Amino acid sequence: MSAYLSIRNLSAVLKGAPKGTPRLLRSVSLDVAAGEVRGLVGESGAGKSMIGKAVLGILPRAVQVIEGEIWLDGVDLLRMTPSERRRRIGASAALIPQDPMTALNPSRRIGPQITDRLVDILGWTRADAEARARELLDEVRIPDPARVMRSYPHELSGGMRQRVLIASAFAAEPKMIVADEPTTALDVTVQKQILRLIAQMQARHGTALLFVTHDLGVVSKVCDTLSVLYAGKVVEDTRVRDFFAAPGHAYSAALLAATPKYTDPDAGLNPVPAAVIEAVQAEVAAAEAAWRKGGAHG
Amino acid sequence: MVDARGMVRRRLGLRLWLSGGWLVLLALAALLAPWIAPHNPLEQDLFTSRLPPFWMAGAEPGYWLGTDSLGRDVLSRIIHGARVALIVALIAGTATMLIGATLGLIAGYYRGWADMVISRLIDIWMAFPPVLFAILLIAVLGTGLTSVIIAIVVIDWTRFARVVRAEAMAQGAMDYVASAQVAGQRRLGIMLREILPNVLPTIGVLLTLEMGIAVIVEAILSFVNLSISSDDPTWGGMIAEGRTALHRSWWVLVFPLIALFLTVLSFSQLGEGLKDRFDPVLR
Amino acid sequence: MLARRILTRLLTTLVTLLGVSIVVFVVIRVVPGNPIAMMLPPGATPADIERLNALYGFDRSILAQYFIWLGGVVQGDFGTSIQTRQPVLGLVLGRLPATLELAIMALVIAVVIGGFLALTGTRLRGTATEGAIDVGNGMALSVPVFLWGLVLILLFGVLWPVFNISGRISPHLVQEFHTRFFLFESVLRLRFDLWLDLMRHMLMPALALAIPLAAIIGQLLKQSLKETMHLDYVTLARTKGYGENHVIVREALRNAILPTLTLIGVQFTFLIGGTVIIERLFSYEGLGNMAIDAVINRDLPLIQGIVIIFALLFTVINLIVDMLYTVLNPRLRHG
Repeated sequence: MSAYLSIRNLSAVLKGAPKGTPRLLRSVSLDVAAGEVRGLVGESGAGKSMIGKAVLGILPRAVQVIEGEIWLDGVDLLRMTPSERRRRIGASAALIPQDPMTALNPSRRIGPQITDRLVDILGWTRADAEARARELLDEVRIPDPARVMRSYPHELSGGMRQRVLIASAFAAEPKMIVADEPTTALDVTVQKQILRLIAQMQARHGTALLFVTHDLGVVSKVCDTLSVLYAGKVVEDTRVRDFFAAPGHAYSAALLAATPKYTDPDAGLNPVPAAVIEAVQAEVAAAEAAWRKGGAHG
Repeated sequence: MVDARGMVRRRLGLRLWLSGGWLVLLALAALLAPWIAPHNPLEQDLFTSRLPPFWMAGAEPGYWLGTDSLGRDVLSRIIHGARVALIVALIAGTATMLIGATLGLIAGYYRGWADMVISRLIDIWMAFPPVLFAILLIAVLGTGLTSVIIAIVVIDWTRFARVVRAEAMAQGAMDYVASAQVAGQRRLGIMLREILPNVLPTIGVLLTLEMGIAVIVEAILSFVNLSISSDDPTWGGMIAEGRTALHRSWWVLVFPLIALFLTVLSFSQLGEGLKDRFDPVLR
Repeated sequence: MLARRILTRLLTTLVTLLGVSIVVFVVIRVVPGNPIAMMLPPGATPADIERLNALYGFDRSILAQYFIWLGGVVQGDFGTSIQTRQPVLGLVLGRLPATLELAIMALVIAVVIGGFLALTGTRLRGTATEGAIDVGNGMALSVPVFLWGLVLILLFGVLWPVFNISGRISPHLVQEFHTRFFLFESVLRLRFDLWLDLMRHMLMPALALAIPLAAIIGQLLKQSLKETMHLDYVTLARTKGYGENHVIVREALRNAILPTLTLIGVQFTFLIGGTVIIERLFSYEGLGNMAIDAVINRDLPLIQGIVIIFALLFTVINLIVDMLYTVLNPRLRHG
């Protein structure tokens, strides 16, 4: 298996939901190779964040995976015991969260929040971990890393916090990072800087990156490959270059057309046409029926 | 989502019925005490002293829950004791509510100096240990039912005032009050017609809880022999007596304790039940 | 900023204490009845009345009387006990350690039990165990300490008599102590024989006092913990490889504990208020028991002194909790 992350036929449902309720994730498959950036796009509620959460083992309690495999670095996470899985993920993957304002513990200093994984999970010495944290804070261009490490989160701006979180994600040199809409909660002015920073860090460290976003503009700047999600189903899996040249699915094409173009502010908004929605809904429903017939989970 | 917690809780949905049932039973016992009590609660008979309850060896028929050291019938004394408990619960509870809620409403809605004074008073009251305060008041007022009721009102009005004040403040900040003001209603009218109805559920819940507290305060005062005259049967007095002869006749303590326990629990469970059902604020 | 906050709190505390002194004074002096007659022990002579009149300045105006009394209190002169003819302050301070030890022990028990219930309930959230904890907490809260005390007396004094249900310590051991803080002293001197005897006496009254507070802590802390467990930084910690226990304790607890801490402050004063009746119930020689004796003996100077000391204790505790809250909350500290 050449891909670093490989999701195969992943299906999830709402726990306790009555039989026949549509799945939240519908036999999702996707690969991310080492050093590859895969965009995961879709409207809100399409399940894109849920895939990222499944990879990191942080699905809400109400969501239950009913089939599929998540191969991370050659092992299937879903076949491991919860504590094995946790350690595995902690050692080889990381999350860049959506909202830097809520993703740092307000009552702990910045330094330990970066170094804790290195010390507790990976067994580094405290001195090594702190040196590494300073180095990374420097790398994400935070002035005076030593001072920032002694600060509490509320003393930093949103952009600074997101830099800290990026540094923290790269600290253990993970081979796989999930970025969950890492710029949506930020000011527009800061968004670009953070996006560029993530791209640079990814390139420098050669990390596989699963980039969850609803913004095709961001995808065109950062990603190599792309999965388009609709209602929990991957409707298109393609290279970004090919996608922007010619989307392979009617829904993707409509999504692309609906993206506002900064280069042409007068173009106006083109909502996804109702006919396209109907078509993709029919497609998803057909796939659902076929899956049920397959008898996997009747 | 299946929540096992909710199922455990729902199974207790009948708590409203159970607690209400016990209180109705108690009220009937109190009303009909002279007719249903098997004996005169004051009647002493040293030949029948310390009789055990009916299932134990040595019990005498007719003395179901045994007798105390003076030969008085425990069951009859519990039934008559229910009178004191319920009178105190009703009168002290209602009076506490009237005074506390009025002050709280004024403080919370009128704000300004009235709020200043009332809030400061509440602060001062919170610095007193309530039981000690009650005992002190009884010492000054003298024993008796009226003193007990006054003491309860004096120590506990803050419970209503605190909650109602906060609630009235919250309601006063809402748009419907502003629009009533714009419509030219007078302040007092707004307080009584707009604010009060919205605070009433809260007050009702507090009243139920307060009745339970009044019962316990009366019992505590009787326990330290400072409630009504020591001849009259009260649960607290029986408990005090039972405490001294615990090893020889435990039933003198246990049965009034059970009555007290169930009554206090019923009042508070009733309050909790009402809270869940009617009051979005306290919930 | 912080200094200003502290200063304001100190001032309100002072105002409250002043108010308490007025209320106590008014209750004892202005309520109908001759104060001298009330203060007299049975069998007083006219000479006694004369002496008391002079002592309290009853021939002067009420306001003047108040200031005479207040002046004395400020200088630590709470008057003389009518019953024992000893200075009130000495009597009160002699009993205070017993009550403080009982209250602190109850607080510790409540925090340990309540904390355990909250952590267990959070760890097992959504299970029947959590439901059972909720129901148990609700019951524990509905029943006041007086009744819990009686229940414990029945259970561990009569049914299964493993604890002493009367007194603070076996009487013959009292002379072993140099201070009035028996419990602290026994620990510091490593006299575990004394400690054991103390615990056998204190555990039941302390537990009775602790039960309602434990339930409150269990309820509130569990609720805030559960809310905190959904927050992003807790989720982020999970992705770092940390397990549920670690996440609850290190990420969630510290942020969830602030509301509980404030509540414990208020509740601790309620708990101390509860010592009055619990001490009576367990014949524990503390301040509350002395207060009830003083009331029964109509020893009004002693009652005044005890009430003032309790009020002082309450307001100081509230002050400390407020300060602690400021220190523990980094946002307030730097804000």
